[in-house]
Amino acid sequence: MSNIRERLADIVGERFVSDKAEDLYFYGRDPGLMPAVHPDWVVLPETVEEIQGIVKMAQMEGIPVVPMGAGMSLSGLVIPQKGGIVVDMKRMDRIVDINEKARYVIVEGGTSTGRLNAYLNKKYPRLRFSIPDSPAATTVAANVMIHGQGRLTQQYGFNSDMVSGLEVVLPSGELCRIGSCAISNEWFSKGAPLPDLSGLFLGWFGATGIITKAGIKLYPRKLLRDVEIFVTDSPDFIPEIIYEITHTEMTEDINIFSQPLPLIFKDNHHVVIYFTGDSEEEIEFRKKTVFHSLDLFIRNKDGGFMSVGAGMKKSLLEMPQRNASTFADVTKGGGFEYSGPIITIDKYPQCTRKLDELAHKYDLKYHGTARIIGRGHAMMFAFSFTFNRSDADMLDRTRKALHEASQYALSIGGVFWKPTIDEQKMALQKMDPEFARLLKMIKTNLDPQGIMNPGNWESK
Amino acid sequence: MKYSDIVHRCFRCGYCKFTDDYQEFNCPSYRKFRFDTFAPGGRMWLIRAWLNGEIENSERFQEILFSCATCGSCVEHCAFTFRDDLVNIFISAREELVNSGKIPPAVRDYFKGISIQGNPYRQPAKERGAWAKGTSIECYNGHEYLFYVGCVGSYDEIGMRTARAVSTVLTKAGISMGILGEKETCDGNEVKSLGEAGLFQSLAERNINMFKELGIKKIITLDPHALNAFKKDYPDLGGEFEVIHYTQVLASLVESESIKFNPFPAKVTYHDSCYLGRHCGEYDAPRSILNAIPGIELIEMEQNMENSFCCGGGGGNFFTDILGGGSDSPDRIRVRHALATGADILAVACPQCARMLEDATKTEGVQDKLLIKDIGEIVSECLTGLKR
Ligand SMILES: Cc1cc2nc3c(=O)[nH]c(=O)nc-3n(C[C@H](O)[C@H](O)[C@H](O)COP(=O)(O)OP(=O)(O)OC[C@H]3O[C@@H](n4cnc5c(N)ncnc54)[C@H](O)[C@@H]3O)c2cc1C
Repeated sequence: MSNIRERLADIVGERFVSDKAEDLYFYGRDPGLMPAVHPDWVVLPETVEEIQGIVKMAQMEGIPVVPMGAGMSLSGLVIPQKGGIVVDMKRMDRIVDINEKARYVIVEGGTSTGRLNAYLNKKYPRLRFSIPDSPAATTVAANVMIHGQGRLTQQYGFNSDMVSGLEVVLPSGELCRIGSCAISNEWFSKGAPLPDLSGLFLGWFGATGIITKAGIKLYPRKLLRDVEIFVTDSPDFIPEIIYEITHTEMTEDINIFSQPLPLIFKDNHHVVIYFTGDSEEEIEFRKKTVFHSLDLFIRNKDGGFMSVGAGMKKSLLEMPQRNASTFADVTKGGGFEYSGPIITIDKYPQCTRKLDELAHKYDLKYHGTARIIGRGHAMMFAFSFTFNRSDADMLDRTRKALHEASQYALSIGGVFWKPTIDEQKMALQKMDPEFARLLKMIKTNLDPQGIMNPGNWESK
Repeated sequence: MKYSDIVHRCFRCGYCKFTDDYQEFNCPSYRKFRFDTFAPGGRMWLIRAWLNGEIENSERFQEILFSCATCGSCVEHCAFTFRDDLVNIFISAREELVNSGKIPPAVRDYFKGISIQGNPYRQPAKERGAWAKGTSIECYNGHEYLFYVGCVGSYDEIGMRTARAVSTVLTKAGISMGILGEKETCDGNEVKSLGEAGLFQSLAERNINMFKELGIKKIITLDPHALNAFKKDYPDLGGEFEVIHYTQVLASLVESESIKFNPFPAKVTYHDSCYLGRHCGEYDAPRSILNAIPGIELIEMEQNMENSFCCGGGGGNFFTDILGGGSDSPDRIRVRHALATGADILAVACPQCARMLEDATKTEGVQDKLLIKDIGEIVSECLTGLKR
């Protein structure tokens, strides 16, 4: 293990490697609640070859390697559980290529969602991608790595479903292309008609390789967007409401939020419905169709559309929504975290009641959000709690509440999204043992030394 | 530490390091070093760790804190309500380091120069007014305005060139103003931003007393950094003056059609000084002057106004050079931004920016392609005199 620092410096350049206490402190934690573990080195590569060099050297020396984007997944996925090298990907932020007519873009493994969005806005205003509401600094590759969801998820599924190809540095240091780009210069498909090997990497949190390039499908960007909010005071109506709205196939995205503060939101469930269109008429038609689909609820006085003020509209239409981040300051404490299981929509009432119960039990401020995935095929339900980073007791209560929320979600059929190491353990215990064995087989074959983001998806 | 009740509120979400469309990283130290520790969020988390005794005041910690250019881009772009205090928090942390006596040698030397000679160039005070030789500017003697030049305008070759141009233009335009010459001393803006609160206070009090004794009520500054100190910090110490930047004076002369220009055919791009722009909110005056000059085609860089990219000289870095060096140093990046517009002149309104960027054109090897000119210089080259 001698001279690792020097060898890393040979690969990435002296300026871009650190073993200084300050960097190890910062890169040893994320804004969530998982305990910190310091890496031994932090490196900032700029090229694929540099990443290959780092991984090959780490392989030779048996040193853990943890890729990191913006480190904002909140569930500790970039915390180097066994020390080693944290690879900050953000210097690899080029937009490599775009095929306008085939509607895909190829970005490097550290390109931020904000940068891709700005690039498309400027250069290809008729194209868009499924942007999540995570801060603009978060990276496209990490977002698909963790099966994120964005503005187009209601139409096209998880953001990882919209991947159109990958380039990955394997744990051996070899470079591998996945999907159509494996035999063609075109990056239009991550799998079909070949065997879809993207599953060897997506959802693995970097434990099977480092994405150096990702192909992402782009979609038509309409000229206009608008948003309406349907409100009901009973969570029991939500599954049916969503069923009706998704039946129309008229919406861009559907989110639901509930929160006790400010008081105007208390005890209500807000179905936020996004519309797009190339003309006012198109938007109006879509809105009318959705309004009609909810007629029954309105007539029965079970819900209605609220008027959305200009300020609120502006904030809801923002991409990404900055106020998703400012939830962290509700207790003037700089923190929030959520347990966000993927679960069927019929569980919405249970989840929201559980959230309320946990918030009371642990005396926490909360926010419930659901994002509809596909045509109501599932939702991500976020049990979100905000906490004050300098209040140890509140941190403890939040951890407990999140743990209970996760246990509950698992017990009612939910599957953890971007699970913490502890949640991964819970999932591994509960899952079909043959599935767990298959996971292990893949991991052991790809990464026999277990150097890639160790601790993740690791079964005994 | 002041603001210690805020530092834990940073979520490190990273909005602070971008332009508002998220296209580019706009924090100069993050853009150069690329470790998250050099971004505002990194600083916040490390200051907290240091206050909690989790890390020490090391050379790296000092480099991280003192490489902040106090450009205010983070204040502009942070998503949280405490954003207005971000730069103040970094300055307060520097203050703590200064008080502990463990600071980078370049910072220590800067303070020494100011406290002994009254300027960081370690030049005698009597040389302070040397730039004015050969101009018709007078020593202050009951004029309407004091023309306050500052250390860079007084001792730096490019700063002196700018001071001469501006004073010539303003005098020609009939503004009644005088200078302090050898009596002038440092305004203290950089002293404060580098964390020497005590030294700042004594400089400010000295200046305030002198200004009052001389009956000064109105001040025109050459340097936006001085403008900032006089406008924002001096009032708290009893120094209430009417302070204005020279571009604001010129802009009002342009607006009232009191000055006229010969054609000046050139493609010009303008670099917003952080202290004139983000800190003092003046984006229009320099542009209105350039737009009023016939022949000038003003082309904006992508990162402009609130999204302007700092030249890297702010927060004392002009003197300490902790942020400088290498192809990713902010001044060189900024020169590349300017070149990308196709402009042949990069106009500035700050002697610190002028020096930083002129040096950067040389390092980039583009001094023949891109001229750095202060707006005062441009005006002095095409001003034909007063309109009747
Ligand atoms: C306010 C807020 C709102 C959010 N809203 C959303 C939302 O709407 N939708 C959503 O999906 N998520 C959301 N998130 C969660 C999360 O921030 C995003 O999913 C984000 O895209 C994660 O990106 P990152 O770069 O921060 O990932 P990181 O945390 O840096 O990384 C995540 C995982 O990917 C691995 N990884 C990173 N880069 C690579 C690579 N190149 N190759 C291999 N592995 C890699 C890491 O090791 C880690 O395991 C939100 C988070 C916050 C704080």
